Amino acid sequence: MKKSHNAAGRLTTSAWAAKAGNTINGFFARLNHRHTHRAVHPFWVIVQKEISDHVRSWRFNVLLFLILLTCFGSLYTSITNLVDELAKSSKEDDPFFFLKLFTLSDGSLPPFHVFIGFLGPLLGIGLGFDAINSEHNSGTLSRIMAQPIHRDYLINAKFVAALAVIGVMFFALGLLVMGFGLFIIGIPPTAEEFLRIIFFLLLSVLYVAFWLNLAVFLSIRFRQAATSALTAIAIWLFFTIFYQLIVNMVARAMAPPDMASQEQLLGYQQFIVNLMRVVPSQLYNDATTTLLVPSVRSLGPLTMQQAYGAIPSPLPLGQSLLIVWPQLTGLIAATVVCFALSYVSFMRKEIRSR
Amino acid sequence: MDKSIIELKGLTKRYGNFTAVDSLDLSIRKGEIFGLLGPNGAGKSTTILMMLGLSEPTSGAVHVCGIDATVNPIEVKRQVGYLPDDVGFYEHLSGRENLLYTARLNRLSLHEASARVDRLLQRVGLQQAAGKKVGKYSRGMRQRLGLADVLVKNPQVIILDEPTLGIDPIGVREFLELIVALSREEQITVLLSSHHLHQVQQVCDRVGIFVAGKLLAEGNVRELSRTLFSANEPYIIEVGIDTETLDGKGAQLAAVRSALAGLSQVVSATIHGGILRVGSEADLRTEVARIVVDSGVGLTSLTMKEYGLDDIYTQYFEGGEAYEKIA
Repeated sequence: MKKSHNAAGRLTTSAWAAKAGNTINGFFARLNHRHTHRAVHPFWVIVQKEISDHVRSWRFNVLLFLILLTCFGSLYTSITNLVDELAKSSKEDDPFFFLKLFTLSDGSLPPFHVFIGFLGPLLGIGLGFDAINSEHNSGTLSRIMAQPIHRDYLINAKFVAALAVIGVMFFALGLLVMGFGLFIIGIPPTAEEFLRIIFFLLLSVLYVAFWLNLAVFLSIRFRQAATSALTAIAIWLFFTIFYQLIVNMVARAMAPPDMASQEQLLGYQQFIVNLMRVVPSQLYNDATTTLLVPSVRSLGPLTMQQAYGAIPSPLPLGQSLLIVWPQLTGLIAATVVCFALSYVSFMRKEIRSR
Repeated sequence: MDKSIIELKGLTKRYGNFTAVDSLDLSIRKGEIFGLLGPNGAGKSTTILMMLGLSEPTSGAVHVCGIDATVNPIEVKRQVGYLPDDVGFYEHLSGRENLLYTARLNRLSLHEASARVDRLLQRVGLQQAAGKKVGKYSRGMRQRLGLADVLVKNPQVIILDEPTLGIDPIGVREFLELIVALSREEQITVLLSSHHLHQVQQVCDRVGIFVAGKLLAEGNVRELSRTLFSANEPYIIEVGIDTETLDGKGAQLAAVRSALAGLSQVVSATIHGGILRVGSEADLRTEVARIVVDSGVGLTSLTMKEYGLDDIYTQYFEGGEAYEKIA
């Protein structure tokens, strides 16, 4: 006890420690001084405020809790199933064992990426549906617009802030799942697996960004927050439930006769798959499956000629990315279109108080 | 001092077929308090929005502090503070946090901003409630917070849109006094829009009457009443007479009347129920008082009736078909 006291005492009295301490203190003091004395660009002021609003809001915390719950639920099912999987695959060396953490399920609870595909839209809608109309209804919009800032700062900052919150959340969750997995199964991921997971997380952020932009657009379009929230949820439900029903009906009506040639059948298959791909969640599902299950070789129908001679091994990351490239482009395009729509309608909006 | 700080030239704003503001010309001098008066829907708010560059005029030009507001709204907004009617704040933040946000949007550092915000909160008398959430503020407190919010950027001009709406009478008086004090202290030009005539009359140096997108008249309250009522008697002096001092039947009053008739500016003089009403072309209060006292009649009160904005208002609405357009 006395010894440690001595050591601590010596530490504070020794010249270099004091000097180091001073340097550190000086550094923090300078940092603090810089923080309080520097004029921040108004855009980042808005971003800061929006982020702190999101993080402190009940809405975000409820959504976060929900996603945390599902995340750990799916982690639990995948880990319990991993043991069986391990026993099965022990003879042939599976190079992508770690990725199973994100995709494995016994059917009782969907795997992580399916959950995100389902809850992501809800998160995006939740963060965006009252972005502009709540400011308008509380009379803060005209006050903010009377400040010397460009009008688009507000909408851009809102987008950036929500995206930052979503990004931090997804990366934290993904890395947390990886960490837990590492801890429990004790097999480290390879570099490629790690990269695949990073791409998967980026894709998830992009997917949520699409729904976020859609919700922001609706929040500009509709004066009442409830209307815009309901409309956004209606669009989401339509795409997740009814659109598939409609596509199935179309598929049945258009089914080629039994005697149809192979080209006809192929064309028909391709057409139906393309119809399905109008839906962003389908794009997201396709892309995540390809990224997380490296053995997926194609997202459309494959003819025998195409499959003939292929080596039955998982694809490298570059090839998987090449396969999901159209999906990725589609998602980015949809996001950009929504953002452009909201941008234009916000810039044209006449801002009056309430 | 005489330099005009707000210049509107032929300003017009149309929404489809509806003309909200119709070729408006107006110039407001530096340091004055100008009242923009008009009924609801007269185009006051639209004019203000165009001054701030928040709305584009269909034609015409707006110059504020020498800057074209349509072309360079950011520069204008740096100089002009705007308090919208029914101002809104972020309810989950405290009054101080709300002001800090505005200050930082105006590119102040946190250090400068907090010093200025604290000073302003003190100035508008909200230092006790600074840490309270705005959601718990009363209407009057919000309005005062709004005034502080407008002043955060050290503006040259402040534009207040219906600032006294929904505040109790004492609150209104305090608020208006605050505005006048601030304007005089810091040489801030104030543009105040309202449909409350009395309040505007209390504080404004000059007034513009605005109906259906047109500026009908402009000037100080006295000038306005003179231009409007000059046909008859711009000045009316009412003298209260103590009827107990009258001797029987009317010798004194006859003397008063003849003396008044001797003054060339007097247009009419009538007595009704103990009140002598003198209509004249000039301010004759001293002369009238002397005549009454000299004749031995007890004088209980003497007031000069000035035409209020009420009268001006009704005069315009009765006479003009302008109001029908918006009604």
